[in-house]
Amino acid sequence: MAKLDMNAEGGPKFMADPFTIPDIKCGAMEDLESYMAHPKHNTDLGFPGELIDNWQEVAIAKIGELAEKNRAFQVYLDSCVKCGACTDKCHYFLGTGDPKNMPVARQDLLRSVYRRYYTFAGKYFPQLVGARDLTREVLDEWYNYYHQCSQCRRCSVFCPYGIDTAEISMAAREIMDTVGLGQKYCNEIIAKAATVGNNLGLNPKALRATLEDLEEDLEDETGISVRIPLDEKGADVLLITPSADFFAEPHIDGLLGYAKVFHEAGVSWTVSSYASEAANFGMFIGSYENMRTLSLRIRQAAQDLGVKRIVFGECGHAWRVAYSFLNTLAGPFDFLDQNYPIPQHIMEFTHDMIQKDQLKFDKSKNDHIRLTYHDSCNVARGAGMGGYEGGQFDLPREVLKACCNNYFDMERDTIKESTFCCGGGGGLLTDELMDLRVKGSSPRMTALKDVTEEHGVTHMAAICAICKTQFSKVMPKFGYEMDSILSVHQLVSNALILTGQETEEDAAPEGAAAATEVTQ
Amino acid sequence: MGGIDVTAALYAFLFYLATLLLVVGTGMKIRRYAKAPAPLKIPTMPAPRTQKGVYFRMFREVVLFESLFKSNKWIWLFGYLFHIGMLVVLLRHIRYFTFDVWWWVEIIQPFGVYASFAMIIGLAGLLVRRIVVNRIRYISSPSDYLMLVLLMGIAGSGMMMKFVTHTDIIMVKGFFLGLMRFQINALPASPILLVHLGSVALLMIIFPISKLLHGPGVFFSPTRNQIDNSREKRHIAPWAKKLEE
Repeated sequence: MAKLDMNAEGGPKFMADPFTIPDIKCGAMEDLESYMAHPKHNTDLGFPGELIDNWQEVAIAKIGELAEKNRAFQVYLDSCVKCGACTDKCHYFLGTGDPKNMPVARQDLLRSVYRRYYTFAGKYFPQLVGARDLTREVLDEWYNYYHQCSQCRRCSVFCPYGIDTAEISMAAREIMDTVGLGQKYCNEIIAKAATVGNNLGLNPKALRATLEDLEEDLEDETGISVRIPLDEKGADVLLITPSADFFAEPHIDGLLGYAKVFHEAGVSWTVSSYASEAANFGMFIGSYENMRTLSLRIRQAAQDLGVKRIVFGECGHAWRVAYSFLNTLAGPFDFLDQNYPIPQHIMEFTHDMIQKDQLKFDKSKNDHIRLTYHDSCNVARGAGMGGYEGGQFDLPREVLKACCNNYFDMERDTIKESTFCCGGGGGLLTDELMDLRVKGSSPRMTALKDVTEEHGVTHMAAICAICKTQFSKVMPKFGYEMDSILSVHQLVSNALILTGQETEEDAAPEGAAAATEVTQ
Repeated sequence: MGGIDVTAALYAFLFYLATLLLVVGTGMKIRRYAKAPAPLKIPTMPAPRTQKGVYFRMFREVVLFESLFKSNKWIWLFGYLFHIGMLVVLLRHIRYFTFDVWWWVEIIQPFGVYASFAMIIGLAGLLVRRIVVNRIRYISSPSDYLMLVLLMGIAGSGMMMKFVTHTDIIMVKGFFLGLMRFQINALPASPILLVHLGSVALLMIIFPISKLLHGPGVFFSPTRNQIDNSREKRHIAPWAKKLEE
């Protein structure tokens, strides 16, 4: 295995190891500002269009309101002892060296204000406890640095009190939205999903055309008519999948994989044009109401189509919302078949089929690939799978091993519950934050480089639409091909032999060329 | 004689006040934590799937500092030495509050002496890290240093009385037994003792208004105390329920 280019495009560098702690560089990322939402993006979600005149008063009141409505927020603001355990756990700190990207420092941006207005010590001895007034500078600092948090929760694994910076970051964004300071990327997308049904704004007609094209591709590939039904009433399964699965690479190949698995399972299934989105960016902005609005579309679609089950496609934060929140936000789902998990993950579905020996694989179809798996944060630390503790780590790996011969894990402290974020989660997958995204991905990319050097790993699979998009953008900057990131169900699709499918001898792995191009 | 009485009266008042503030203040905070609903299920996964499992997780967190151990061995070591040392020292001090010393408090006595060293070493380690490690210095406020200094003052003055200048501990016991019966008995006129007791009272007073709230806080941390059963059991906060009406 040749060496990777350590400094492709003169851009980012790998770290010495994924845990290398950088020197502190104060202010390194202070000018990085995510685009602010247009007034319409904000008003669509029920927020003021622009920064309101009495923003300070409203923001302070909102802190108090959230402390009463959300135990986590209140307890986490009070409990931090500044022990420093989290300071080297955030990928954005490791990648940028900006101390305000240390989880505790990020929390303190808000905690300092909470202390000033809501605690005895902060009211009377602000300097002593690091309390400060909420000024315009502080608000701007909130905006910049709370949009440098991907809400991946890695810090919460390591905090002795379980303080979850994601909770603080979500609350901060909600406070900012409340005073009219929204982020364009998230708010625009939420409005689209709430009106059209998906983040892309893809209308039913366009969606139907896309799915029909994909059906043709599947038939060309397999010689078998594999359907991707849309809005079919009375289907057993409603598939809720990220809309990226309809148009982006490698996401589409994952969708083809689900279609094949459903086909083999012989279940009737359908996509809904009304709820054609698994993603729920309401979570990123900490808005229970917006998260609920989007979730209710799924409930509505399930009722309208008369399905018995809901299955989610490969999407990280969507799975957190689905697994951990959906029952709360849009339940109870007593109209669905109670013999299946509600909702179920496509990985659980496929894994179950494999357990029952109902899928036939030709693993050699993936022999051109030497694979590792990236645990997506929201699946790893925000959800479960398989009905047992830690199932979210086992199921994807077992599915991958069932259809690939060459599988290697990355270093233990960079996977599973300790997984490093891809660098693009939590509403940061937008071009103006590219510098941060690349730097934030370096711990993950370094761990990947290590298995490339040790085991010749060429590809990495993931089950999150954001991870996939992020990696396809970022990997080339580290010397990997953009198609080194794969959907798990893409590998399933590669190896799956459908009943009645003719197996061609000459299935020359087209991916041979896609195996990491190593530039020296 | 009169001077002693004034000191004793002052300290008696101080301890009544400190106890009141500690109990009421912390109680109010706990009530606040208990009353605030957790609107969503947010356990840091993988999480236990049963209540028993949650008790076990919380036990490991509170008794072993499991997450801290995973995070940073030095902070764990110093933090653990300090906390376990303080626990034993506190238990050792029960003898000042019971007329007859309980048998197990009797047994603890010699260990308490070692524990005080553990406490001091732990605190010193934490203080040195706070000063020396750039990242931790960056996140430290004056109160973070002062808290360690205060605790070191308490431990140090206590050890002084054990190892250097003994004080009349029978008289000290008389003072506290008296307080528990609403009588003000004399206190030895030992400056070290007065520093020791004054610092303890100060610590009690600031407990409910400082980061010392991490003690009760950890039990209310949703990422640690929630069960992973959201698909099986619907979880809904009262204010969120109202959105459905």
